[in-house]
Amino acid sequence: MKLTRRDALALGLGATAASFLPFRAMAAADEAIAAFTGGAAVGADGITITAPEIAENGNTVPISVDAPGAVSIAVFAAGNPTPGVATFNFGPLAGSQVASTRIRLAGTQDVVAVAKMADGSFVQASSTVKVTIGGCGG
Amino acid sequence: MISRRDFLQVGMAASALYGAGGFGNWSRLAAQQALTQDQLLQFDTTGNVTLMHITDVHAQLKPVWFREPEINLGVGGAKGLPPHVTGAAFRAMFGIEDGSADAYALTYDDFTALAQEYGRMGGLDRVATVLKAIRADRPDALLLDGGDTWQGSYSALQSNGQDMVNVMNALGVEAMTSHWEFTLGIDRVTEIVESLPFPFLGANIFDAEWNEPAYEPYKMFERGGVQVAVIGQAFPYMPIANPGWMFPGLSFGVRQERIAEVVQEVRDNGAECVVLLSHNGFDVDRKLAADVDGIDIILTGHTHDAIPEPVLVNKTHLIASGSHGKFISRIDLDVQGGEVKEVKHKLIPIFSDVITPDPDVAALIDAERAPHEAAMSEVIGKTDSLLYRRGNFNGTWDDLICNALIEEREADIALSPGFRWGASVLPGQDITREDIFNATAMSYPNAYRSEMTGETLHLILEDVADNLFNPDPYYQQGGDMVRVGGMGYRIDVTKPQGERITEMTLLKSGELLDPAKTYVVAGWASVNEGTEGPPIWDVVENHIKRQGTVSVEPNKSVNVVNG
Repeated sequence: MKLTRRDALALGLGATAASFLPFRAMAAADEAIAAFTGGAAVGADGITITAPEIAENGNTVPISVDAPGAVSIAVFAAGNPTPGVATFNFGPLAGSQVASTRIRLAGTQDVVAVAKMADGSFVQASSTVKVTIGGCGG
Repeated sequence: MISRRDFLQVGMAASALYGAGGFGNWSRLAAQQALTQDQLLQFDTTGNVTLMHITDVHAQLKPVWFREPEINLGVGGAKGLPPHVTGAAFRAMFGIEDGSADAYALTYDDFTALAQEYGRMGGLDRVATVLKAIRADRPDALLLDGGDTWQGSYSALQSNGQDMVNVMNALGVEAMTSHWEFTLGIDRVTEIVESLPFPFLGANIFDAEWNEPAYEPYKMFERGGVQVAVIGQAFPYMPIANPGWMFPGLSFGVRQERIAEVVQEVRDNGAECVVLLSHNGFDVDRKLAADVDGIDIILTGHTHDAIPEPVLVNKTHLIASGSHGKFISRIDLDVQGGEVKEVKHKLIPIFSDVITPDPDVAALIDAERAPHEAAMSEVIGKTDSLLYRRGNFNGTWDDLICNALIEEREADIALSPGFRWGASVLPGQDITREDIFNATAMSYPNAYRSEMTGETLHLILEDVADNLFNPDPYYQQGGDMVRVGGMGYRIDVTKPQGERITEMTLLKSGELLDPAKTYVVAGWASVNEGTEGPPIWDVVENHIKRQGTVSVEPNKSVNVVNG
């Protein structure tokens, strides 16, 4: 039986080749976040990110962000080669400041959401999403 | 009256008679001396609502031997807390006497000797008797099944779970949740669910495409004049831990915020008592109870823990009712003015030689098994060793399976998944085909043979170890560590992923594994579609036949540090 590397990993009840964040990617995420905030201080209250603890499929991970009163929310996949995922802008007539999308994750990493509030301040939340192939449920 | 010591001696003498069939009689006599059905059922009916919980039966219609784990480590905040307490420490924590019936039911030590004294446990015909007795006290007692019901035996595999469905219906289950059920494939699950006289609950099961609820999240019951909401929570890591291709289009997850929403919804709809019928696993439920308010009772499942007392977290009582039909939990609640004022609980051990089988359910079970009886009862070999599965790192059943994989498939290294289901076989007993299927019966059994590098094997072990020892329970999947044959390793459970596993050693040469070198690896239960190889039960059966009598040496190849 001829196996590709991906098959072999799945066969062995699960493994993640990319569970260690490359430092370069982390640095890229920090830079991208700094570009969004202009280097301003970032608070933690008033923003929620919802993401699965363990991705069922790393190629399409559903996430949603909620930041009441935000004018803009940017989402970053800190461990992806290109961390920027999306920026959602909310006009003054928006009924709520909630957005959801699906993102592709290269491996276990933090997904970070940063919101710019109406007063120009920034808040941030993050959630660790584990990417695994699994296979050992009792 | 015969003392326990006398019985142990009698038991030893009887051990020579197993083959002659003297075994069951001795154990029945012993168990009946020590216990009575009335004692087991004794309960002062309290309050206005009674719940009856059974979970993780794994298709065991008949009484079984089932040895509880010796090693069941907790990490992070769960270290040293139940269920991560075993053996003498467990007995000390709950005031259980060494050598007592409870010690046999709940701990691992002296298992073989105590099994001879107290006999097999479980059997859904005995369970039926217990349920009847509880219903005699409280006619509207609510029976809830935590799932992992339709998989785990020869007859369940052959009948696609129908034997279990028929028997559970006869028991009068009123709601269930799920895990292994989905490994029958989505079409079969849908067919059964449509036939069930009760709801198949899963608040955390969603349509993967539209992210909308796919199953009923909860059901309201009026019991004793009280509105009781039962919310279902299926196993969160279904498509990760089991083959997602068997139920495409479904998404699971812990979904804590969803559970909080549903709790709010049922409270708004008038629920005075909120019960979560959960297949999360105990540590996940402990965290959920701490983070979500408003749940009165969590009926836990998945991790197969039996705990004699409720564990109280943030006003939520967590109940752990064991597995394989060994126990039923009875919970009496006094609910007044929308609040649970009193909780009274008993973990009822189902000693099969003490509790009289219900004749109707016994007849139904025999009818379900009849078409398979000849195949199941065929003797394949014999064992000199106690065969058991539970334990974080190994068990003799999986050691035997790994030996079979290495020898029958000519491999350097064998991998067997860390399942927690599977009945035990006592030393001196015959191994029947039914025994083999009790440890292997499932719908993706193909035994693969492939090549892997030392580096890949390390990644696999690290990945599985993180599923078990991640300090955040929401990242734990609730299985045990993958069992390894032909290879030893050292594990530090307190380290982060990538640093736990060291000193991986090929046992046949005594050399450390070379990350760049390729090894022949045999295993089973791949979650990949299209995995090729013979079913694992054939591999094990051939191996046992060849051996005649199997003997499994104590496994010392895993060195655990900081446990």
